Amino acid sequence: MINKEFTLKIGLAEMLKGGVIMDVTNADQAKIAEDAGAVAVMALERIPADIRSDGGVARMSNPQMILEIQKKVSIPVMAKCRIGHFAEAQVLQAIGVDFVDESEVLTPADETNHIWKYDFKVPFVCGCRNLGEALRRISEGAAMIRTKGEAGSGNIVEAVRHMRMVQSDIRKIQTMGNDELTTFAKELGASLELVKYVKENGKLPVPNFAAGGIATPADASLMMQLGAETVFVGSGIFKSEDPEIRAKAIVMATTHYDDPDAVAKASEGLGEAMEGLEIKSIPENELMQNRGW
Amino acid sequence: MPEPIGIFALQGDFEKHKIAVEKLGHDAVLVKNPETLNKCCKLIVPGGESTTFLKLLDKLKMREPLLDFSKDRAVMGTCAGLIILASNVLDYELQPLKLIDITVQRNAYGRQIDSFVDTVTLEIKNEKIDFQGVFIRAPKIIALGTGVCKLADYNGDVVMAAAKNILVATFHPELTNDLTIHDYFINKF
Repeated sequence: MINKEFTLKIGLAEMLKGGVIMDVTNADQAKIAEDAGAVAVMALERIPADIRSDGGVARMSNPQMILEIQKKVSIPVMAKCRIGHFAEAQVLQAIGVDFVDESEVLTPADETNHIWKYDFKVPFVCGCRNLGEALRRISEGAAMIRTKGEAGSGNIVEAVRHMRMVQSDIRKIQTMGNDELTTFAKELGASLELVKYVKENGKLPVPNFAAGGIATPADASLMMQLGAETVFVGSGIFKSEDPEIRAKAIVMATTHYDDPDAVAKASEGLGEAMEGLEIKSIPENELMQNRGW
Repeated sequence: MPEPIGIFALQGDFEKHKIAVEKLGHDAVLVKNPETLNKCCKLIVPGGESTTFLKLLDKLKMREPLLDFSKDRAVMGTCAGLIILASNVLDYELQPLKLIDITVQRNAYGRQIDSFVDTVTLEIKNEKIDFQGVFIRAPKIIALGTGVCKLADYNGDVVMAAAKNILVATFHPELTNDLTIHDYFINKF
């Protein structure tokens, strides 16, 4: 599966490792993110916390807004399309977006099928809650996997759950005999070929990032220590009291995620974090992580 | 025990460089602070985001230690790493390290959609060697200063160059399985 095109797609994901990708809704925020040390920005019209509170249908962002952000910053610009909405993805590719997030944060366009991502030259990132979901997205051509977490909640618990599920199933596969793999692949709903890859390599064939609920430097450190290679911060920055300072602090904590002194220093004097949501207070049908399969 | 080769690891694809160095039988360490840097005999600055690198290295007070290090030890930079080491970067508000006299244009081929893989011809060790060049949102070397020699070109652009103890490439040797360039850096610099 590693042809030239896929090398380029995974290659860009490799370049983003050890960094922070920040949600931004306009060119000024994008500049703040770049100045704070973000490795990429995710351009979207409303951050997840606002999508959640506003309700209604959430769609791909206005291309004009994305173009303005592209003009303002030199780091990669990502954007989201709805699950299964390959025409939105085609538009994002046409305007030169660097990475497309087929995202559960937007209202799904197809409740059965995800996009066949091999049809595109632009790389895709997709969310997952567990290893089976991650491998299904990779089978469709995703070049980067992230946890879904629960976007816009400011609560890390779901991202932790999803990262632990992925890592724990990876370890489980590594202890299995070859004769057990077919049945486990069937249970996961994933291809045997990818399950074998995981057994042999002890990791996903594409970079594995964390997203959904990261609000503090310690949250970023936690996800990195649990095995994430980069963190996405959505509402956590621009819903906080002082986005600029918080953005820098989360970058610093991600770089030095395994150095508690550095994370402690980064956590000082940040002002208020975004207000968080108890996951149980969110009605089941409003959980973004249940979109897609 | 020989000193390890440092991989600058504030951000980027440092892990791929580490794997390449280890495949060649050398120890590699990830460098995030001056203390670790000073234990190394050579340094590789990987691909990643040059703006993020430069912001972080100043914030972490790594600029002076890197300049000191490069006085008597070899440094290789790939893609964003090349931008960090260059003397002059067009349209850029940040100050690179100015370790090699080249003028660089960032993202010179365009956005990710314009990234490509193609064969480049290395001219090293008195031979011509084909190498798979992985160009990802790659920079271009616009001009070479005095004392800088071309080691590879692609469609008329210099894509690999060296001067004294500094080696730079606009593409990503670490994203291929071919260890030619890492081997050349480790043994000849």
